[in-house]
Amino acid sequence: MVYLFPTYELIKTIMAAFTLNINGKSHEVDVAPDTPILWVLRDHLDMVGTKFGCGIAQCGACTVHLDGTAIRSCSLPVSSIGGAKITTIEGLSEKSNHVLQKAWIKHDVPQCGYCQAGQIMNAASLLAQNPNPSDQDIEVAMNGNICRCGTYTRIKAAIKTAAQDLS
Amino acid sequence: MIGFSWLASCKPAAEEITSVPEEWFDINAFIKIGDNGLVTIMSPNPEIGQNVKTSMPMIVAEELDVDWKNVTVEQAPLNTELYKRQLAGGSQSIRRGWQSLRMAGATGRRVLLEAAAQKWQVPVSELTTDKGIISHNSGKSLGYGEVASLATSVEIPEEVDVKDIKDFKLIGTDVRNVDAPKIVTGQPLFGLDLKRDGMLIAMIVHPPAFGMKLMSFDATDALAVPGIKDVFKVNTAPEEKQWSDTNAFTELVAVVGESTWQVMKAKKALTVEWEKDSALEASEDHERKLQQAISKAPSEAARKDGDPNKAFSKAARIIEKTYSAPFLAHNTMEPMNFFAHVTEDTAELVGPIQTPEYLRKSVSSLLGMAEDKIKIDMTRMGGGFGRRLYGNFGMEAVAISKQAKAPIKLVYTREDDMTQGTYRPAYKITYRAALDDNNTLTAFHIRGAGIHGGPVFANRFPAGTVDNYLAENQNVDSNISTGAWRAPRSNFVAGAEQSFIDEVAEEAGKDPVDFRLALFDRAINNPVGDDNDYDPERYAGVLRLVKEKAKWGQGIPGVSRGISAYYCHNSYVAQVVDVMMEKGRPRVKKVWCAVDCGIVINPIAAKNQIEGGIIDGIGHAMYSNITVKNGAPDQSNFDRYRLIRQREAPLEIETFFVENGIDPTGLGEPSLPPIMGALANALYKATGKRVYKQPFSQQDIVLG
Repeated sequence: MVYLFPTYELIKTIMAAFTLNINGKSHEVDVAPDTPILWVLRDHLDMVGTKFGCGIAQCGACTVHLDGTAIRSCSLPVSSIGGAKITTIEGLSEKSNHVLQKAWIKHDVPQCGYCQAGQIMNAASLLAQNPNPSDQDIEVAMNGNICRCGTYTRIKAAIKTAAQDLS
Repeated sequence: MIGFSWLASCKPAAEEITSVPEEWFDINAFIKIGDNGLVTIMSPNPEIGQNVKTSMPMIVAEELDVDWKNVTVEQAPLNTELYKRQLAGGSQSIRRGWQSLRMAGATGRRVLLEAAAQKWQVPVSELTTDKGIISHNSGKSLGYGEVASLATSVEIPEEVDVKDIKDFKLIGTDVRNVDAPKIVTGQPLFGLDLKRDGMLIAMIVHPPAFGMKLMSFDATDALAVPGIKDVFKVNTAPEEKQWSDTNAFTELVAVVGESTWQVMKAKKALTVEWEKDSALEASEDHERKLQQAISKAPSEAARKDGDPNKAFSKAARIIEKTYSAPFLAHNTMEPMNFFAHVTEDTAELVGPIQTPEYLRKSVSSLLGMAEDKIKIDMTRMGGGFGRRLYGNFGMEAVAISKQAKAPIKLVYTREDDMTQGTYRPAYKITYRAALDDNNTLTAFHIRGAGIHGGPVFANRFPAGTVDNYLAENQNVDSNISTGAWRAPRSNFVAGAEQSFIDEVAEEAGKDPVDFRLALFDRAINNPVGDDNDYDPERYAGVLRLVKEKAKWGQGIPGVSRGISAYYCHNSYVAQVVDVMMEKGRPRVKKVWCAVDCGIVINPIAAKNQIEGGIIDGIGHAMYSNITVKNGAPDQSNFDRYRLIRQREAPLEIETFFVENGIDPTGLGEPSLPPIMGALANALYKATGKRVYKQPFSQQDIVLG
């Protein structure tokens, strides 16, 4: 049998143009199709608010929204998202005034701060689906986001404050 | 600079300044004042999440007497001529910086006063300051900005007074993290966020196991990945080693390319041959060697009081227990990375480093370049915990930039980071206590062993509280590198010691708080030895405070309580932990924490550190573990290495500070060690069984 097409491994490395809808704006990038959204954002679009933590969707530092739902951008190839809308921490609010951003400052949540963009994006997705989460709802929803500094109690308190501000 | 300084022409008032200064004046190394009164304070020390970038400038601002609303904080570069001890480690930034930060602020205020006195031709003694405004008793006033220019030429008085601590206005108030607005909006702050024109991305491949070294590599497939510029071998060992050069892997393969994902793929496509260089160790080997080490006495005791042998031979009862803990990885959420641009005669480095001064020395040795040709800037760090004391990643960035002849940013994958070593040492420790017929403690013996050094602090509690005392340390060698990990040695000793004390108190039929207080009484009233390096009154103080706040002794149905007290890094901490068992799994309901760190600079941030240390301590005592087989760590990412998560975090933590006006000490570490003991003691109450090995979740008494 004659293979007319290159193997999948080869296809993955060929650069291709993708049009992405990020924070309400259209962006063109020319990258390998298997490039995770995380690295498209960080390396090609200079949006470095979304963080690299583990690369295997275990820590949540890279959380962004895909059509409003929290996903781990380190494990999602650029070729897989089509026209879905991506929201990153940079686009969460126009004036840095999302209820969660305000609550995070009120509770002085960050220590090193590295995981917090992912925590906030994950919490924003939770509140969008469940504006009045119980403690247990918060624990379940936020369990995929690791904070090595140990700010978990403040993260939970800030989410509760934000939920109150929403109501 | 565009700006319009309207404040200078109006009657000054203590309010937020919104204009942009036309000119800045350097008052001293810490302070710049704009002609409109805005203040920039340099933060000298590396920021790893311990919040010194807020709390250190607060101390300067307090003495300078300015409104915090008009202060901007900037991270200072490494400059050993202007700043002392630009290092993040040992919870020492606040303690060691306290006097010089106060003097910087007070001197700044004084030269502004001198300038105003000159301008008005009045004595300095007739002037007062408040929130950046200088007032004369005649009623006239001006803002700091109006005399900032003149102040730069004023002679600095030899003696400058600092404030009486009762006059503090800013210290002791809640000031929020100065970088928080940038953190919550995702602006570039961290080393990994750095980008420069023409910058390439570099990664390293290190040996897959300790005891292996690079033999050869074939880069054909790696170079075929689009965007890959070069693949080469680097040697990162400096000729002259600093204490911070402990890295096990100095011969590496470097991959350099245009973007991170391309380099990651090329790394996987690379074929590397490794060869055995020394023994390929396993965790069982470490367990056996540590056991052998604590089974025999070292040639020299770390401390000996009285006649321990005789006291043990006469004891009515001897309690002996052995505790152990595994290697731990630091796992800062931001993996190791560094930017370097090495040219023929200069080197520029930017990145996350706890010890920039030592990195510069090592880079100087590696490059054969004078230190004054090497510039190091510090970025905010996505965690440190001791890992970034050891700047091997900075050295790697330098070696790669030099060979690639390009500015590069070195990036570690999580796997590179977790399998590189620099681990918290694996430890073992045996405690023995002798009780007489009256259940009085008559002798105490500690023998500890650790990989690259024993964990015992010979002059800490319970030294000084018992007539017959013996402390011994044993070293076990390994080719696996270890390093300081948040609260070094204490991060193991506290849990073991405080569990053991609890068990001894129980054997003696005494309440665990009363038992400890009686020992502190002995150290207060009639201490044994002269070298005890703790203050038993402050120690007892935090224990009494937590006892009172937690209402120790009053049981809550379904809740099991444990207590501990520990001193490290110059601060005293006592904790009560309430644990509930839910389907065999422990859940911490509440932690009560009493702290004596002297003056609290910034309470909201101080409490954050304490809460973080407690959660971090619970997590590592319960879940975390690095095991080794054939020289290779079994865990390389968060799928197998378990860190505490939101569902396992305490439901509540309440912190109480002792108010005593003593000069401040640090909080980055002291709350972590004791929680391991308090938790072990609560688990005993919950299950009826003692835990002797970390991680607790892998012992049979509790479910992970």
